[in-house]
Amino acid sequence: MPEKLPVNMVSKDLLEGNFPAAAGESVDRTTPSGSAGGPPPHIGRRLMTHALLIGVSLIALVPFLWLLDTSFKTESAATQYPPSLIPDPFRWQNYVNLFSERQYHMLLWARNSLTIAVLVVLGTTISSAFVAYGFAKIRFRGRGILFALMLSTMMIPFPVTMVSMFIIFKWLGDHTGVAWLGTFRPLWVPYWFGSAFSIFLLRQFFITIPDELSEAARIDGCSELGIFFRIILPLARPALSVVALFAFLGVWNDFLGPLVYLQHSHQFTLALGLEAFQSQLGGSQWNLLMAASVLVILPVVILFFIAQRTFIEGIATTGIKG
Amino acid sequence: MIRWRNEIKQTAKGLAFLSPWLIGFAVFMALPIGLSLYLSFCDYPLLQPPVFVGLRNYHAMLHDSVFWESLRNTGYYALLTLPAGMIIAIAAALLLNSRVRGISIYRAIIFLPSLVPLVASSMVWLWLFNSRLGLINTLLRYMGVAHPPGWLTTTQWAMPSLAIMSFWGLGNTVVIYLAGLQDVPKELYEAAEIDGASPARQLWHVTLPGISPVIFFNLIMAIIGVVQNFTVPYVMTQGGPDRVTYLFTMYLYDNAFSFLHMGYASAMAWVELLIVLILTAIAFWSSRHWVHYQGK
Repeated sequence: MPEKLPVNMVSKDLLEGNFPAAAGESVDRTTPSGSAGGPPPHIGRRLMTHALLIGVSLIALVPFLWLLDTSFKTESAATQYPPSLIPDPFRWQNYVNLFSERQYHMLLWARNSLTIAVLVVLGTTISSAFVAYGFAKIRFRGRGILFALMLSTMMIPFPVTMVSMFIIFKWLGDHTGVAWLGTFRPLWVPYWFGSAFSIFLLRQFFITIPDELSEAARIDGCSELGIFFRIILPLARPALSVVALFAFLGVWNDFLGPLVYLQHSHQFTLALGLEAFQSQLGGSQWNLLMAASVLVILPVVILFFIAQRTFIEGIATTGIKG
Repeated sequence: MIRWRNEIKQTAKGLAFLSPWLIGFAVFMALPIGLSLYLSFCDYPLLQPPVFVGLRNYHAMLHDSVFWESLRNTGYYALLTLPAGMIIAIAAALLLNSRVRGISIYRAIIFLPSLVPLVASSMVWLWLFNSRLGLINTLLRYMGVAHPPGWLTTTQWAMPSLAIMSFWGLGNTVVIYLAGLQDVPKELYEAAEIDGASPARQLWHVTLPGISPVIFFNLIMAIIGVVQNFTVPYVMTQGGPDRVTYLFTMYLYDNAFSFLHMGYASAMAWVELLIVLILTAIAFWSSRHWVHYQGK
């Protein structure tokens, strides 16, 4: 499990069919409820609220602006005191250099990150959906206990298993002829066995799908797998996208996993590479370091803006069933 | 008889669907936790086979000043981040729960930093905290502070710096609180209003009890997060200066992968597991007294 849990925000929100941060006004549930209900607050209070909100937003945004600003400066402009507000000259070249200079492995790292991310996202989504179906739709003895066991594994931090996992992967490499350490395998294979959080999330979604649908299919002679693939999965598209999205955020953020399992710099992911890049620069060329950081952040930010629609679609689908 | 056969069939079907997770649980969870328990009783320098040494690793731990230092540092970090983080996140959620124009834009902005990968935010904050050229000290000098702190480079300020930075990434916690706030029944506020309760009293007697399950959830998540905190101090301070930001998981990592003391690292992994279990157990136990679930 990743050290930072970008995923945990869904636990409540998606189940509530709501995603306040990304949702547009159309699904804005505060509009009717508000902080204290009743008529809209007094104009003075509203202005106060706006002032506070702008203040907090600035704190959230300024680091991003400062990052972008530095990433477009020349090295000397980045290290002059007092710093200038606007980069002059405006230097796109920092970004070009990151990609073109061979000693920086940016493109390679981006490709590694993407490869691992695709495998993790696919694996998490497919396997978790499969397991979640078992927890949600098939009644059998021991299901409750297994579900509780699965939930409790969410509390076990990765560092607890990391040392033995390393030893197990080393052992596998020594005894089976298939190398694990120094390859991407330890970073994606485990995700093909379901991730507790995604299973939980999908299970919560699956139980809202009426059993009548699967019963009807069963009477028509549909097998359990057929019901899973033809009825449940298509209906669960919104929940699946959310699981996929958060699997992506988790793997993109992961640092300790690649640090433990990868050995050569040409295998690094962007997260690991960024750290290597920083120690390589040794506290100089902040403009390049910031440009590289922008490149690591950018996919996540883009995804956030694209994915708002995914969330709203998901909410709409949940809404239909009430 | 038919019912019995039916039940076996159902169980087989259920276990078949659960099989990926069952295998994954056995191989990637139960096996490593069991293995590390065994290895914690061994001397295992990785390149030679493990040798059983009984409780020696645990005994060594008691007398290992760096172990205690890393534990103390982690406790200090928890003290700096958990209560303040909770107050800040709830305050921000209350603010974002206001009914004003453009609120969804404010929400998106405040959520955004929590999406930034930790390594990247470490880079940004290394630059912000830079004592000579960083934005923070530039602004402080503008405001008349002649000698602003050296932040990450001083023993006194390094840990508070990491705490300050962690507040920037609280957006996802804020969003969970926000969802919780929207779940508090409106009627409770109306009733409180009729009784003439001041906004402060409403906050204390309606809002906070109303979101107490969410506070509880976030508390557990925060505890687990703090105990395994690694990336940010590893990237930003490497545990320094003078080891003041050297956290428990960093020492665990170093024992395993820098010193190749796999046995000792396994013992530390077990201690980490026990710490998480004990803290969450305390949280669960205490929750009876302060978490109020709405009758659903």
